[in-house]
Amino acid sequence: MKDSPSVLRKQGPRNIDLLSILSYYLPLPGIVSILHRISGVIVFLLLPLLLWILQASLSSPESFGSLQHCLQHPFTKFLLWAILSALFFHLVAGIRHLLMDAGIGETIPSAQIAAKITLLISIALIVGAGVWIW
Amino acid sequence: MVKRVVSVTNWGRSGLADWLIQRVSGVVIGLYVLCLTGYFLTQGDVDFYQWHTFMTCLPMQIFTLLMLLSVAAHAWIGLWTITTDYIKPIGIRIGSQLVLALLTFIYFIWAIFVLWGV
Repeated sequence: MKDSPSVLRKQGPRNIDLLSILSYYLPLPGIVSILHRISGVIVFLLLPLLLWILQASLSSPESFGSLQHCLQHPFTKFLLWAILSALFFHLVAGIRHLLMDAGIGETIPSAQIAAKITLLISIALIVGAGVWIW
Repeated sequence: MVKRVVSVTNWGRSGLADWLIQRVSGVVIGLYVLCLTGYFLTQGDVDFYQWHTFMTCLPMQIFTLLMLLSVAAHAWIGLWTITTDYIKPIGIRIGSQLVLALLTFIYFIWAIFVLWGV
């Protein structure tokens, strides 16, 4: 028993390359977790779009009008939908985190259910955002 | 003797403070998103003057400022966690964290100018 830590250390953590991560099985709560991180980064990188929309919408009636015109373009529509999708997913997955802080959804079966509910609600919101934009 | 490692690059200077700030700021941003979503869903097509009046009333100005402060802290804690998790070489990590901190600062200043310039 005494030498078990050294045995563990010998087998211990090892570095794997990024591609071999893909060969590991990632359970659904893990997928939601990594998507939470990715969606957070996407929201951060697309924040200038929201700031630009905020600025154009508040500066003057003229800039408001040209913003409305600009938002008719399919590419700006797609970008807006992308940031709203990432934001809504991040929000729903964040609520899942708060529930886990409260001790809800921490067992393996309930974590599976929580991950499924997170995905279903965010897909509904993402579709809803798409309907609202187009 | 256990050497006490004091972290210097995270937002709250302690993991527990970061944990709490991340949650409080997340709730503030979430409420703001719900508020604006509710506004657009109930008001339908708004013109410039309705939108401008709504966003420049005092409660919304305060709420927006609170949201902006929350975004700055929330983004920094999240990006710090991700860069600390995935970027091992200390030079690249600190370098990328500096760039992200600068970007967060620019966003914040830009938003403040938009908020007070109208």
